[in-house]
Amino acid sequence: MAYYDRSSAGDNLARGLGWFSIGLGVAELMAGRSIARWMGMEDKTNLIRAYGVREITAGVGLLALGDPKPWIWSRIAGDAVDMATLAAGMKDNPRAGNARIAFGAVMAATALDVVCAQKLHQEEAYYRSLPVPDYSDRSGFPRPVSAMRGAASDAPVGEDMRTPKILRFQPAQSQSANS
Amino acid sequence: MRALVWHGANDIRCDTVPDPEIEHPRDAIVKVTTCAICGSDLHLHDNVMPGMEKGDIVGHEFMGEVMEVGSEAKSALKVGERVVVPFTIWCGECDQCKRGNYSVCERSNRNKAMADKLFGHTTAGLFGYTHLTGGYAGGQAEYVRVPMADRTHIKIPGGLTDEQVLFLGDIFPTGWQAAAQCDIQPTDTVAIWGCGPVGQMTIRSAILLGARQVIAIDRVPERLAMAKAGGAITIDFEEESVVERLNELTGGKGPEKCIDAVGMEAHATATLDSMYDRAKQALMLESDRAHVLREMIYVCRPAGTLSIPGVYGGLVDKMPFGMAMNKGLTWRMGQTHVNRWTDDLLNRIQEGQIDPSFVITHTVPLDQGPEMYKTFRDKRDGCIKVVLKP
Repeated sequence: MAYYDRSSAGDNLARGLGWFSIGLGVAELMAGRSIARWMGMEDKTNLIRAYGVREITAGVGLLALGDPKPWIWSRIAGDAVDMATLAAGMKDNPRAGNARIAFGAVMAATALDVVCAQKLHQEEAYYRSLPVPDYSDRSGFPRPVSAMRGAASDAPVGEDMRTPKILRFQPAQSQSANS
Repeated sequence: MRALVWHGANDIRCDTVPDPEIEHPRDAIVKVTTCAICGSDLHLHDNVMPGMEKGDIVGHEFMGEVMEVGSEAKSALKVGERVVVPFTIWCGECDQCKRGNYSVCERSNRNKAMADKLFGHTTAGLFGYTHLTGGYAGGQAEYVRVPMADRTHIKIPGGLTDEQVLFLGDIFPTGWQAAAQCDIQPTDTVAIWGCGPVGQMTIRSAILLGARQVIAIDRVPERLAMAKAGGAITIDFEEESVVERLNELTGGKGPEKCIDAVGMEAHATATLDSMYDRAKQALMLESDRAHVLREMIYVCRPAGTLSIPGVYGGLVDKMPFGMAMNKGLTWRMGQTHVNRWTDDLLNRIQEGQIDPSFVITHTVPLDQGPEMYKTFRDKRDGCIKVVLKP
């Protein structure tokens, strides 16, 4: 079972990064051309928009899909792709300075992602180290289960709670008895 | 008095609020001695049920001592009597109540017009469970006003502890009705999704009603261990395929009876359809995550029965209804007609046939309730059932 705590420090950071992802993703999607122009990488406009979709997906995953760890790792992978794209785009780029600023911003975000991933894994390790309570003696019955099976088969259950006879699943035995 | 009060998503606080008063001659005031957090309270905590307002007192599983009785309830209740209060408020006079369908009482929801609009026709009033069901103050409090108290109560004889009888107000009859409405036969395999408190009660009920084989599905180790103690064969859905295991255990035919004790907040990351549901829920395009329903339809033996005690609140998506229709499945569902079952279940507790307190894992004072909501929701510290002492 994957362990996570929806009110822990790691989870709060993951949620913050989730909102950041959605904000960045929407900006990349809606203003992909302006961002590409600012970085001197007009030929990458569609790629930046695709990255925006990736960011929004990661954001929804972090905010809404339970265990945030896989989504944080997807963000780290996405950061690596972003940095590779920016590094490649700096060659012969008159606006390489802007691309370097963007590269630095991605590095800062990556650092936060790595801190978040570490925190989440530490929290999971802590929960896994706690002893699992033993409820194996909590049957609720006074006698072994085998002795209790069918003990209430005479319970008053109204006809409206019964399956109508015509719809009732017929066990194989009664089928053969009928035929 | 002190009470647990809803302030918004993930924000329940222990506040000081005005004491309740008799508002109608059929009312009673009960001093709460023990109450519990129900799994369906988590839907309010997580803000996935519509109709809550800031300041609402939550809680619908509670019991206590009668402190004050309105003039029209005096023939049925006396000051000092010990009662469990069912979560469904019922009048005892409408057509539905006369048929024993207390959870769809036609008179107890004071916000009937709102419920009529949403559901087509109103259902019963409930304690502490949104304004769609009357906006009545709940029982996670020191005192509570019980409307229609001449009917809405279960008298408790001496010699039984609060912990033994508290769950007569909700989870025990809910699990019982879930199993009873399956019309369990001695040849049946009953598969139960969810090993939370209702799932645990359903497992015991299915055993007592004589199911040949009970299979419980969950992912939390301690919940699976408790299910096994109650007589279930367990499936950890994170470790093995539910479909394959169920086929293996039923000779490839599927369980005759399938019970959804999970409801609208199925675990969000285990399967693709759950993730799809969760994403749609986050974007407000869908209200309920119905993975368990889809899986039940798929695995159930043709001509079998689906029973749904798990709470659903609104809209579900991608429901394989053609599969359900072609397999000729019978659907049984609804909130619990609590008082229909409680005389019989109280007898069974008194006779020692079952002790529902087995499910309690945490007992804390009322003011620790807000923290326990989070512990229960996150399934931390082996938490299965939280009991609060006001």
